[in-house]
Amino acid sequence: MRPGLWPGRTPHKALALTETTAARVSLPRSFLALWRDLRFLQALAQVAFLVLLFAAGRWLVGNLLTNLEARGLDLSFSFLNRTAGFRVADEALSMGRTDTFRFAFLVGLVNSLQVVVLGLVLTTGLGAVAGVALLSSNWLLRTIFRTYVEIMRNTPLLVQLFFLYFAIILKLPSLENRLSLGPLALSNRGLFIPAILPQAGAGAWLLFGLAGVVLAVVTYRRLLGLRISQGRETHPTLWAALPLLALPWLGWVILPGRPLSLGIPRLEGLNMAGGTRLSPEFAGILLGLVIYTAAFLADIVRAGILAVPHGQRDAALATGLSRGQTLRLVVLPQALRVIIPPTTNQYLNLAKNSSLAIGVGYPDLYAVSQTIFNQSGQAVQMIALMMGTYLLLSLLISVAMNALNARLRIVDR
Amino acid sequence: MLRKTVLPLAFAALLGLVLVLGACQPVEPEVREVRVVETQQVEVVQTQQVNVPVSFVMESARLQTVKDRGNVRCGVNQSVPGFGFLSEGTFTGFDIDFCRALAVAIFNDAAAAEFRPLTAAERFTALQTNEVDVLIRNTTWTFSRDVELGTDFGPTTFYDGQGMMVRRDSGFSSLDDMGGATVCVLAGTTTELNLADAFTSRGLAYEPLVFETGDETVAAYNEGRCDGLTSDKSQLAGLRTQTTTPADHMILPDTMSKEPLGPVWAQGDQQWGDIVRWVVNGMIIAEEKGITSENVEAMVASPPADPEVSRLLGLEGEFGNLLGLTPDFMVNVIREVGNYGEIYARHLGPEGTDIPREGSLNALWITGGLLYAPPWR
Repeated sequence: MRPGLWPGRTPHKALALTETTAARVSLPRSFLALWRDLRFLQALAQVAFLVLLFAAGRWLVGNLLTNLEARGLDLSFSFLNRTAGFRVADEALSMGRTDTFRFAFLVGLVNSLQVVVLGLVLTTGLGAVAGVALLSSNWLLRTIFRTYVEIMRNTPLLVQLFFLYFAIILKLPSLENRLSLGPLALSNRGLFIPAILPQAGAGAWLLFGLAGVVLAVVTYRRLLGLRISQGRETHPTLWAALPLLALPWLGWVILPGRPLSLGIPRLEGLNMAGGTRLSPEFAGILLGLVIYTAAFLADIVRAGILAVPHGQRDAALATGLSRGQTLRLVVLPQALRVIIPPTTNQYLNLAKNSSLAIGVGYPDLYAVSQTIFNQSGQAVQMIALMMGTYLLLSLLISVAMNALNARLRIVDR
Repeated sequence: MLRKTVLPLAFAALLGLVLVLGACQPVEPEVREVRVVETQQVEVVQTQQVNVPVSFVMESARLQTVKDRGNVRCGVNQSVPGFGFLSEGTFTGFDIDFCRALAVAIFNDAAAAEFRPLTAAERFTALQTNEVDVLIRNTTWTFSRDVELGTDFGPTTFYDGQGMMVRRDSGFSSLDDMGGATVCVLAGTTTELNLADAFTSRGLAYEPLVFETGDETVAAYNEGRCDGLTSDKSQLAGLRTQTTTPADHMILPDTMSKEPLGPVWAQGDQQWGDIVRWVVNGMIIAEEKGITSENVEAMVASPPADPEVSRLLGLEGEFGNLLGLTPDFMVNVIREVGNYGEIYARHLGPEGTDIPREGSLNALWITGGLLYAPPWR
């Protein structure tokens, strides 16, 4: 830009070049120019932001410490060693009245992890099936799944949970009028299934099973190698299945006594005894999360499949692959690259949404933490601990999904 | 890769820190200032108390503040039928009437009572920060609340205790029959601890099912998910009316805990405490002596021979003046609000939430209960 053209608006950089103008304009001009200098303004904004952030942080910390001091509280975590005095209902870890707050927190964590881990597995399955079904050429199937996805995606999760738990699960018949199907029993006290109880010979039988697995793997690899090197059909899967099934059967027959027995649930007093129970609360939160999250996943899977160029499918079909093989071997592996990043978000949502479990009475991490801070009065520590735990859980899921994403990336050659 | 992991991590940590700090409610600097001033005044009052003999009439700083403001602020419950319940803009209940009695004692005007609905978690903070003058909100008198929280407890107005509601056709007649039962509990109170103690001491197994709100708890109980619902008996009576058919449910006679409920005020102003304490005591004595809102004026006109009645009604002695109130403040209280028995009948009697009083701890001491006011002399 030429300085002479814009006498009133000359940028200061240009001013420095022409000595005469610089002398004439001097102080007020350069001052004016400074606050119009973009670089200066950007630096100023950054400094101002940092100062504000620091001041806000200082104020918050100061406020926290003043309030804690005023109430005679400190930030130590030693209260976790105190006796909890209450019980948390759970199947995995049994908690007594005299256990500590720390143990109660652990029980809550295990309860949450059960929901999250099982939820992730089931969501992935249902989401994948629903995603493929959304693209089905069958009108009925496609419409059913489209309706499911739209209803679930567009209503709040908490409302769905309440509906599922109070209007469906708790409306099941009572324990006295339970629905029985052979050894299975369904009531509003839970789903009761036979328990597998290991007996005296269970260890030895397990060894038979292990040997079967090892033999199966060895057979499969050997036969697969033969097929690749010699080009003749050796049926590796068929032969590998033989030891996998035969050895445990042999063990079952030759070992004295039965290694496993079934515990059949039966009514004893107010409860069912002898079986395994899936509690209504666990079922409520698990199914609620799975059905909700899988609806989001379904559309992600659908989009991922559509993102694979159509030519890939045509080419695969042209080489003689069946429709199933095309989907499994050609389309899905490529679609996964598109599917995985948004899926990570949905997995994280599922993990975090598991904290809604208290709404249906399931004692998860959040519910137990709330009880602990109500009983101990140590709200700051408990909220920090709870947030730290959820943060850790989410980061673990992120790291795992990022690793998977990195593995599936197209390798540049 | 490093950038990818570290940046979100750092951001998450920062966000976490800000949220944790934000979780602690800031206290208005204004309020804190008031508290400091009051503490200083209280210290002066205490010094005077040591130096000056009994005849000296103390001035309550709180009473002066209340008189200047023109109303008494009470922290109350708004969702417990019978005790403190807000419907169509009006507070009604047993606790509410004690606050009205306090307003009448000071201002001779029941409308001078201002109600602040408080949650269980907020109530002590509201008292500590002087947001309310007195807390009359189903608050149990315990050691740690009395000593650790800087609060003082007045005379017990209702002897409550944790109970168990069950279905009539369940066959349970006491807690001892409930081995292996599933019990619905409302989260966040001492209820869970008392339940654990009650079942452990009886050597019985049980399964707790904890819900966050009363509605969810009742809904799960209604659907038969649990065999019993536990809460304070005062609240159970209210919850029973929310079940589909209240007549099908009953409250077991067992009491799992002692829950003496009464008014609470901030420690440090003894004379304010005296006012609250003696208004409540006066209402209990009034019932004992048979003084009701109906006959109180007649009694003032022609006092009975009982000298305690004359003293209570301000016809003898200087009791009102000693508290910094008018001599006839109890006459006003009884006329406007009623005696203890009248309040009980109004809110907790058969027309209210129906908590039987006959033979319970809440009967007068002369009929075998625990309600016993010290003499008015």
